[in-house]
Amino acid sequence: MSDPKFDKFLIFVNSLVPLAVLVWDAYFGRLGANPAEYFLRTTGVLTLVFLILTLAITPLRKIFGFNQLIKFRRMIGLYAFFYGCVHFVTYSIFDKNLDLRVIAADVWKRPFIAVGMTALVLMIPLAVTSTNGMIKRLGGKKWQKLHRLIYPIAILGVTHYYLIQKSDITYPLLFAAVLAILLGYRIFKRYFPASRRMAAE
Amino acid sequence: MTDSNKIKESEITDENIYLNRRNFLKAGLLAGTTAATAIGYRFLNPAAPTEVKTAEIADVIKNRTSNPPDEKTPLEDIANYNNYYEFSTGKREVAGAAKDFVTRPWTVSVDGLVEKPRVFGIEDLLKIDQEERIYRLRCVEGWSMVIPWVGFSLKTLLEKVKPLSNAKYAAFQTYYPGSAPEGNEVKLPKGDNGMQSALLAGIAFPYVEGLRLDEALHPLTILATGIYGRLLPNQNGAPIRLVVPWKYGFKSIKSVVRITLTDREPPTTWNIQSPNEYGFYSNVNPNVDHPRWSQATERRIGELVQRKTLMFNGYGDEVAELYKGMDLKKNF
Repeated sequence: MSDPKFDKFLIFVNSLVPLAVLVWDAYFGRLGANPAEYFLRTTGVLTLVFLILTLAITPLRKIFGFNQLIKFRRMIGLYAFFYGCVHFVTYSIFDKNLDLRVIAADVWKRPFIAVGMTALVLMIPLAVTSTNGMIKRLGGKKWQKLHRLIYPIAILGVTHYYLIQKSDITYPLLFAAVLAILLGYRIFKRYFPASRRMAAE
Repeated sequence: MTDSNKIKESEITDENIYLNRRNFLKAGLLAGTTAATAIGYRFLNPAAPTEVKTAEIADVIKNRTSNPPDEKTPLEDIANYNNYYEFSTGKREVAGAAKDFVTRPWTVSVDGLVEKPRVFGIEDLLKIDQEERIYRLRCVEGWSMVIPWVGFSLKTLLEKVKPLSNAKYAAFQTYYPGSAPEGNEVKLPKGDNGMQSALLAGIAFPYVEGLRLDEALHPLTILATGIYGRLLPNQNGAPIRLVVPWKYGFKSIKSVVRITLTDREPPTTWNIQSPNEYGFYSNVNPNVDHPRWSQATERRIGELVQRKTLMFNGYGDEVAELYKGMDLKKNF
């Protein structure tokens, strides 16, 4: 009954829906008074959402046994990178008029920009090594080690979001809380593996 | 060959029905999940702007002062992109959250270092000659609008209470439930009136602002009662607000209930919240960046490409005199 190709296609199309609605709204002038700012903020939040989804897969598999989810992890991770790139391009065009010197100065002068840019740059090697061929070439262990970069990337991403707020930090805190749970689960698993816990009991 | 052919034919027909059913299911699944995702997205990103239906103000005097050549920002944008943290920290959400804000009865207490302290009813303030003032508004966040305000010079009001010679500053206070000024004549709406807690906003309430007295008495400084010839919509600071066009927007305090003249620099909300980011003066200045972002450019609402920010928001000819000899990098 299950059709892995179709399942992937479903996730692929659904992940594009937010961008499609965003572009639709933009085309019909429904993004409000400041469409550029809205587009920038929304693509940024979407990047974080996909980073969180990527990180949620391992805990969901291990706790609830949703092992099938592993099939989608690569695609969801690549979507995080994709939305991050759209976010960066939006910033470059509408905030910085595509002036590379101004962008460089921005990275240098403003911690929150530097933090966001670092997160995006760190995602590049992960995207590049996401193919089956690269996994083989690197070897599973090395590949896994490299891809642990997603932990600092997610932390930097949420920090970037937190740093731009003026006073209301509800949403960054929400993301931080979910991220803390997802990373906390891994730390817990690492330092209290099931076997040791059982032995202690 | 013919025999085996017949059997196979029947098999193919079967499989076709089977495949059709599967394809139908798949199409349904695809349509269903994408619709659900789109609805979920829409729920988190609502998109309906609020219409402005406030009453028209009679006999507005036009063109008493010169107007900027810039194109005016449409009313719909002015009324649906607001920073008014008492209602919401989302600029697109303020209009909806402020929909049921009650602004009658309303009084503005003018007190402190004045000869004749007085509590003005909003009806009295609306009787003062109302004139149109088309001003640029530059938000500290890096966007700007051109707004046709209706109102009167703050000076007109302050002259009625006669400032004492030791008055050096004017302090302003926004309406907030439970923090009304004292006095028997003070009449303000009761209850929470749709406003949220300071905890959710992340800044202290009531919102307070301040000006030096010469800034407050400057002819460009007005108390606004309307935009586009109509009474102020709630989200824009109804029923009466300050407008100081050469300073960042947050200095132009909304829904004013109290003005107090003092001899000391009064505390101001954003300066208390983050002193290294928001100074007492907060004059629009492209040469002094906000610690987290540049102030050299701005996005005019309605334009996609950033434009250069002007010193004193383009009002240098009128106001630069006020700051002669001051280091504006220090007194940001």
